[in-house]
Amino acid sequence: MTLELQGLSVRYGPIAAVSDVDLSVADGEVVALLGPSGCGKSTLLRAVAGLERPAAGTIRWDGVDLAGVAVHRRDFGLVFQDGQLFPHKDVAANVAFGMRMHHVDRAERAKRVDELLALVGLAGYGQRRVTELSGGEQQRVALARALAPKPRLLLLDEPLSALDRALREQLAVDLAALLRATGTTALVVTHDHDEAFTLADRVALMQGGRIRQVGPPDEVWRRPADDVVAGFLGCTTFVPARADHDVVTSPLGELPLPGSGDGAVLLGLRANALRTDPAGFVRGEVVQRLHRRDHARLLVRLSGEDVPTNPVEAVAPVAGAPEPGDAVRLALDPDGIALTGNLT
Amino acid sequence: MANAASRLVLPLLALLPIAFLVLFFAWPVASIVGIGLGGSGVTAVLTSGDTWQLVAFTLGQAAAATLVAVLAGMPLAYVMARCKLPGIGVVRTLILVPFVLPTVVVGLAFRALLPDAGVLSIVLANAFFNVAVVARTVGGLWAHTDRRAEEAARALGASRWRAFTSVVLPSIAPAIGSAAAVIFLFCATSFGVVLMLGGARYRTLETEIYLRTVDLFDLPGAAALSILQVVAVIAVLVIGAFARRRRETALRLRGRLETARRPVGGEWIVVAAALAVMVALLVPIVGLVTKSLTTLDGWRALTSTGDSGTLEVSAWEAAGNSLRAATDATIFAMVLGVAAAVVLSQLRRGRAVLGETLDLALMLPLGVSAVTVGFGYLVTLGDLPFDLRTSPLLVPFAQALVITPLIVRTVLPVLRAIDERLRQAAGTLGAGPFRVWREVDLALAGRSLIAAAGFGYVVALGEFGATSFLARPDAPTLPVAIARLIDRPGELNNEMAYAACVVLMLVTVLAVVVIERLTPAVGEF
Repeated sequence: MTLELQGLSVRYGPIAAVSDVDLSVADGEVVALLGPSGCGKSTLLRAVAGLERPAAGTIRWDGVDLAGVAVHRRDFGLVFQDGQLFPHKDVAANVAFGMRMHHVDRAERAKRVDELLALVGLAGYGQRRVTELSGGEQQRVALARALAPKPRLLLLDEPLSALDRALREQLAVDLAALLRATGTTALVVTHDHDEAFTLADRVALMQGGRIRQVGPPDEVWRRPADDVVAGFLGCTTFVPARADHDVVTSPLGELPLPGSGDGAVLLGLRANALRTDPAGFVRGEVVQRLHRRDHARLLVRLSGEDVPTNPVEAVAPVAGAPEPGDAVRLALDPDGIALTGNLT
Repeated sequence: MANAASRLVLPLLALLPIAFLVLFFAWPVASIVGIGLGGSGVTAVLTSGDTWQLVAFTLGQAAAATLVAVLAGMPLAYVMARCKLPGIGVVRTLILVPFVLPTVVVGLAFRALLPDAGVLSIVLANAFFNVAVVARTVGGLWAHTDRRAEEAARALGASRWRAFTSVVLPSIAPAIGSAAAVIFLFCATSFGVVLMLGGARYRTLETEIYLRTVDLFDLPGAAALSILQVVAVIAVLVIGAFARRRRETALRLRGRLETARRPVGGEWIVVAAALAVMVALLVPIVGLVTKSLTTLDGWRALTSTGDSGTLEVSAWEAAGNSLRAATDATIFAMVLGVAAAVVLSQLRRGRAVLGETLDLALMLPLGVSAVTVGFGYLVTLGDLPFDLRTSPLLVPFAQALVITPLIVRTVLPVLRAIDERLRQAAGTLGAGPFRVWREVDLALAGRSLIAAAGFGYVVALGEFGATSFLARPDAPTLPVAIARLIDRPGELNNEMAYAACVVLMLVTVLAVVVIERLTPAVGEF
């Protein structure tokens, strides 16, 4: 029960939207395709669904090539960003649609509709018109509709992006739990890091139509394949460093980083890589200060040998945060650092 | 959709309207053109000063009528789109009545109203028909245009009028252009109205073609004029197609209720103007009804064949013929029009040229003289293995040709407004291509299909140009019978004609009310 893509390419005329992609999704696994908009991730998903014709490569399910299998015979569920519920049907009829196509009898359908609506937290919504639902409710119905025919694989195209922030975080947690509880095999497309890391067992990073890296969320987050991937994952500044017996030495000081190996590496700094610390190794002068919800964000011009020349971001506590012009000392925080071996 | 079966279905579906167009439109018209080009008549016609005077009058009266219709239609479009007032629903319905009234009825109404007005009555009558096209095409887009751009302009210091000319007008301009092109077409090829009101003095290309064919048997001359007309019409259609393309794809719908509100301040002037236009539209209709009621002799005589057997059948029988022919025509046209609309809505963007061409080809019959087409049938259809010329299906075929474009124009915007991903969602849930069509397209466009059928039915009922050419004397439709009654002397004939007109009008109004209840917000007319 696995999905396997080999050398998959999709072209729109002269433009290669997806190039030479290899990827597999195991039974019960949730894989997130993460990348900036326009990177080809949705096209890849549509090709798997059978909505785009690949220019080259194969899509297999359990070793069977799907090239000649039409959309409606693939048994893959699809959830769009904005639900795409049938406006002329009520909630129950939307959820029952797939089962009706699969000739499930009426009593069984009604039972499963109730089950699914309860599962997505919308018990009793069956007779509502879909136009009366909020965005979050619509998305829950879309999910129930896609799950109802028990698809072999669930495809989710930016399932939470159209929702506002608080709702998105809540639904991401719910969705992750639901996918685990039902043992659903799923491929999720998203441009949102949090969404990808919340939902996925493995994350596949896509850029320019290619998959740059595949791995468990923490691995991808800490050890991006190269500086471009690291850049997409929030690293804004790169500092050349040397790793020796799990200790990384750079112009910003020494930092123990388990698993960093030996040799030349590149430290990718995220916004929280440096923190104010009276005993810190790094010195600099505050250029700008911004207030965030739970901390102050500083822009600091570093002093010292071989340090980055552009001001870097640093985190300070809200209370007693230094003013622009103040001299500060900073220390590296391993949580804000990605380690990559390659410069592209 | 990447699947062999559905890739085959579309071309097969396209074949249906294309075959019909070739057989019942392109071939007859081409053979007329051939006759025109074959003889020496064409140069004689083209070099004659009379011809160019005719062309000038045809285009001039069409341009004038278009202008009047646009000016009169704009306040109505505004009121229908932007104002929350009681009675708007009634206005929406009433406005459609003139558009689908049989030309003969309108001709007669204006003759009763302005007995000797000549050009003026021709222009007004043609404009009368087409106010609805402006009001509904422009109003349709206007109602769904976001008010906020206008409000932004006001906030930036623009007066109400300035905001209208600099923000609103450009955004609804494509609809105005599209409506004007269609109206110009209708007016340039208008037949019944000009024939009834112009008499021998004022002739257009359309009536001249008829005259030369029927009365003078000058086929090459008629054919040469037809060529002129076809060329002019294609030019106008191409312009209209460009305007329309911008609009149907760019339709970003907002609910009407979101944008409509009670008028304030100077907006009441526009409402008053719209009201004046409404009253003006009702005058000919009321005049006609009053005239028919001055004596009941005409009504009683509907069972007869008129003064000394003017008709070969009774007026009621003619009405029966009308209903039968319109029913057949509507069935044909629905099959053809829906097939064409499905094909056009499914063509990918990459195939835009093919789509535009098919779209244009389907609109062409609206603009080419019905007289030319009817005349072409008589020339070509004898060559078919089965002789259609004596068949009772001949008139329905000709009427189907006229109403198919209207059906396409009504259904197509609705089909195009359906999000492709809705179909894809149905596909991933296990629905095959045909099932997707039934569950999504048909379910969502169902009401507009019924409306299109009703609309086509009414227009077929009133079709005069081609029908007058093709209907056999022993089986006239009601409009043909009315024209004949008017043509012949006799007080009873006249009274009968008015009564028959009112009958035709009542059927039309009834149909319009039904259509209006069914028409969704999107749709052209």
